[in-house]
Amino acid sequence: MRYVDEYRDPGIAHALAGKITRTATKPWVLMEVCGGQTHTLMRYGISDLLPESVELVHGPGCPVCVTPLELIDQAIQIAGLPDVTFTSYGDMLRVPGSHSDLFQARANGADVRIVYSPLDALKIARENPSRQVVFFGVGFETTAPANAMAVWQARREGLTNFSMLVSHVLVPPAMRLILESPSSRVQGFIGPGHVCTIMGFGEYKALAEEFHVPIVVGGFEPVDLLEAISMLVCQLEEGRAEVENQYSRSVDYHGNIAAQNIMREVFTVADRKWRGIGEIAESGLVLRNEFAAHDAERVFNLQPLNVEEPRECISALVLQGLKKPIDCPAFGKRCTPMNPLGAPMVSAEGACAAWYQYKRHA
Amino acid sequence: MCLAVPGRILTLFGDDPAFRTANVDFCGVRKTVNLAFTPEAVPGDFVLVHVGFAITRIDEEEASRTFKYLQQIGALADEGIVLPVDLPAEAQSA
Repeated sequence: MRYVDEYRDPGIAHALAGKITRTATKPWVLMEVCGGQTHTLMRYGISDLLPESVELVHGPGCPVCVTPLELIDQAIQIAGLPDVTFTSYGDMLRVPGSHSDLFQARANGADVRIVYSPLDALKIARENPSRQVVFFGVGFETTAPANAMAVWQARREGLTNFSMLVSHVLVPPAMRLILESPSSRVQGFIGPGHVCTIMGFGEYKALAEEFHVPIVVGGFEPVDLLEAISMLVCQLEEGRAEVENQYSRSVDYHGNIAAQNIMREVFTVADRKWRGIGEIAESGLVLRNEFAAHDAERVFNLQPLNVEEPRECISALVLQGLKKPIDCPAFGKRCTPMNPLGAPMVSAEGACAAWYQYKRHA
Repeated sequence: MCLAVPGRILTLFGDDPAFRTANVDFCGVRKTVNLAFTPEAVPGDFVLVHVGFAITRIDEEEASRTFKYLQQIGALADEGIVLPVDLPAEAQSA
């Protein structure tokens, strides 16, 4: 596949790894923010190509993983109502709430369907006017314009049976939280390539300057990531802290303005709770009042729940890069992808699941 | 979750900017993709597709520039030539 295969070239990958080895004279700790990048790094064993002095830690970049427990419980509640068809991206269905998950709800008779796009959910709503169709709108900035467009189209068409349960989060506030933590070890970030495709890399300059931390926006193939790591190590060795763009075939300074416009028309920034981390100020998106008729929280009059995470799960520390999955006593024993205790073990992009799949025997 | 896949636009459908779609080829698999965020895209273009939407037109010029540089690194390494530590300016395409 064009724009994929060439970025998996082993010769180029080894050459970049060699370059990183020659450049790094000191130990450096780098974090990739995006779960898709975590998955690539693990799948291709990129850390094994790097010198010991360059350590990769995994960030909170899996929207499935940071969706709060109580929202999963609310999704299960809504899905169980008569006349409701609950739709979601597939990876949300196995995420454990406090006592169950959406797959279990489906097994118990709820109409829960996996969709590939929010537009598929909209189509189900058009074709089934007697059912309330709810879409679980989860994601980072990459997904927000698509989900916004579905709501926007629903309003324009006057669809009264389509609503969205929104759990949208934003990347820069989470990076800020990590950098502000006194125990943070992160010295450089691989920036999230597809989030920046939408938002542009310009909005990361403030973070780089304020915390004197280099940020290199990276793509998702092994060669992309190795080049981003090489650029970060270069900056760190030279004492620079700039925003650079490795993923220039998709990302520019300003991002996709048409996508940002629809996102801002439909959503507004709000405080959001992140699973395992807690509330982060202005770190998420909620539907604007004009779209209240499509806001599942208001349509179904959801009451706030207060539920607790399993005590043994250390996902909060994993998601902030303070612990590795393997540091958790439950990892691979009481917590596996088949029977996850916490969210990072659920999604293939979660740090714990990626470790389980690729590094558990290492 | 933020996965996006490159595909080539075959044909365009519709005039309404919010509902405009394209038939996009992903190595033989064809899907309908919404083009609301890439109004400039035309048949033959490669777009990056995420949850049914084209989120950007892939910049071929940037892609070939970066890739030539990367190939050069690989080729030099094959020859046993150690590249200087400084990256050429073109790779730092910020």
